[in-house]
Amino acid sequence: MGSFVMLTTSRADGRQPSTATSAAISATNLRKSYGDKLVLDGIDLHIPAGSIFALLGPNGAGKTTAVKILSTLVSPDAASGDIRIAGHDLATDPQAVRAAIGVTGQFSAVDGLITGEENMLLMADLHHLSRREGRRTAARLLERFDLVDAAKKPASTYSGGMKRRLDIAMTLVGDPRIIFLDEPTTGLDPRSRHTMWGIIRELVTGGVTVFLTTQYLEEADELADRIAVLHNGRIAAEGTAAQLKRLVPGGHVRLRFTDPAAYRSAAMALPEAGRDDESLTLQLPSDGSQRELRSILDRLDSAGIEADELTVHTPDLDDVFFALTAQETAR
Amino acid sequence: MSSLSLALRDSSTMLRRNLLHARRYPSLTLNLLLTPVMLLLLFVYVFGDVMSAGIGGGGADRSAYIAYLVPGILLMTIGGTVVGTAVSVSNDMTEGIVARFRTMAIHRGSVLVGHVVGSVLQSVMSVVLVGAVAVAIGFRSKDAGPLEWLAAFGLLVLFATALTWIAVGMGLVSPNAEAASNNALPMILLPLLSSAFVPVDAMPGWFRPVAEYQPFTPAIETLRGLLLGTRIGHNGWLAVAWCVGLAVLGYAWSTSTFHRDGK
Repeated sequence: MGSFVMLTTSRADGRQPSTATSAAISATNLRKSYGDKLVLDGIDLHIPAGSIFALLGPNGAGKTTAVKILSTLVSPDAASGDIRIAGHDLATDPQAVRAAIGVTGQFSAVDGLITGEENMLLMADLHHLSRREGRRTAARLLERFDLVDAAKKPASTYSGGMKRRLDIAMTLVGDPRIIFLDEPTTGLDPRSRHTMWGIIRELVTGGVTVFLTTQYLEEADELADRIAVLHNGRIAAEGTAAQLKRLVPGGHVRLRFTDPAAYRSAAMALPEAGRDDESLTLQLPSDGSQRELRSILDRLDSAGIEADELTVHTPDLDDVFFALTAQETAR
Repeated sequence: MSSLSLALRDSSTMLRRNLLHARRYPSLTLNLLLTPVMLLLLFVYVFGDVMSAGIGGGGADRSAYIAYLVPGILLMTIGGTVVGTAVSVSNDMTEGIVARFRTMAIHRGSVLVGHVVGSVLQSVMSVVLVGAVAVAIGFRSKDAGPLEWLAAFGLLVLFATALTWIAVGMGLVSPNAEAASNNALPMILLPLLSSAFVPVDAMPGWFRPVAEYQPFTPAIETLRGLLLGTRIGHNGWLAVAWCVGLAVLGYAWSTSTFHRDGK
C-alpha cells in the first residue's frame, strides 16, 4: 500500500488510474449549489470495489448532499465531471445505477404503518422476487438482524436501533453491490452503535462496497479503509486513518495546574505553549518522545515549578480533523 | 421485463401497500364517510320538509327530496374521500420510505399510481356504503336500466379519478398533513355550493355562476339524470369535460411535482 496522502482535491496530473474500471464509485469535480449556497465545491472520489469508504465531516459539511447525488436522489450541477457508480453513468443511466445500489438514509426509510415483515415483503415485491423467494429472503434477513420477534409489529413501534436494523435489512433485499449509509449510527445508543458497526463490517465480507458518512471520527477510524474529510464542500484530506494521523506531526503534552501562580510562571517558562487560562492548562506540541518530555520537565524544574498533572496525547483523528478544518477556516 | 409490465407490477405493489394502510388504519376513511352520511340524514329528517317545499314548484314530498339529494351526496362522498388521499400522500412524502423508493430501480410513477388507484377504490367503496344508507332510508332510482347504472358507475369512477389526481397534487405540495387537509378543503366546500341541496334556479342570481361553473354541478345533474330520469342536456358533456380536464391537470401537476429534484 502506498503511503501517499492527497491533501487537496486538485489532481497533480491527468492521472486516471488503470484500475478505473474496478472502482465502485468514481466522481470527478462533483459540484452542487442550492441557489447561491455552495454545498459541494468540486470533490473527486475513487472508491475501489469491496472497500469501506467514510466521508467524514461536521453537520452541514455536505455529506448528505453527496449521498443524495450519488444515489440519484438529487442531480449534481451541470459543471460536475463524470460520475460513475458500478460502472454506470449517473447522468445517462440512473436506473442502472439504482439497480446496483442500496441506500439507508439518515432518517429511517421504513414504512411505519406496516409491520417489519410487510416492509421486507414490500421490498421483495419491488425487486421482483417470486413470492417464495421473497418470503425466504425476508425471513433470512429478519433472522440475521434479530428482528424475528418484532416482525409482526408495526415498524412505527420499533426502537431507534431496531428501525435502523430493519432499514439495513430492507436495503439488502435487492442484494446491492454498493451500499450508501448516511450517518448510520446517529442517534443510536452505544450498544446499538456497536451492533451496527458489526453489521457494517459484515457487509463488506461479501464483496459489497460501503459508502458511509459520519460525524464521528471514532467510527471512521473503526470501520473505514479510506477516509475523506469533507469541510466547506471540499475534501480537506483523504487517506487511511493512519495516513491522516500522520498529517498532524506528533501529539501534544498537557500540563494542568491548580495554583494560578504556578500556572503563570510555567506559562512564562514555556512561552511556546498554548494557554487555557480558565482551566489553568498548558498545551505543548510534542511527539511524546522521552527526549522532548525530559526537556519540558527540565525547564519546569529549573523554574521551580511542579505541574499537578501531566498527560501525553498522541494524535488521533480528532486532531487531524481540527487541524484540517482550522486551516481551512483561517484561509 | 418490458417497461409496461414493470409499470403494472410496481404499481400493483404500491396499490397493495396503500390498501394495507387503509385496512390497517380505517379510522381516517370512516371519519370522512361520516360527513356525507350525517348531511344526508340531517337534510332528509331535519330539514326535509322545508327543503322539499322548494323542489318541483312546492308539490314535492320528503321522498322526492331524498331522490333529489342522493346524487349530490354520493359525489360529495368522493370529495370527502379524496381529502383523505391528500392527507395520506402528504404523510407519505414526509416519510423516508419514499426517498428509498426513489433510489430503487422501480417504475417512477408507481408510487403515485398506487395512491390514485387505491383512492379511487376507496371512493367507490365509500359511495357504495353511503348509497346503501340512502337506499335504507328510502332512495329508489327511477327507470334506470343496466346502461344507466353502468354510465352512473362510470361517471363516479371518472369523477373520483379526476378529484384524486388533484388531491394527490395538493398532498405533494403540502408540507404536512394539516396543510394537506386545509388545501383539500375545496373538495368538501364545492359540493355545498353546487346543486347538491337546492336547484341552481332557486339560488340568488349573483350566486348562480358559482354553482354553475364548477365540476360538482354538471356531475350531479348528470348522475341525477341517469338515476332518476331527469333531463341531462349538456351537463353530460360538461361533466365529462370537467373530469378529463381535472384529471389531466392533476396528473401533470402531480407527476411534475413528484419528479422534481429532492432537496
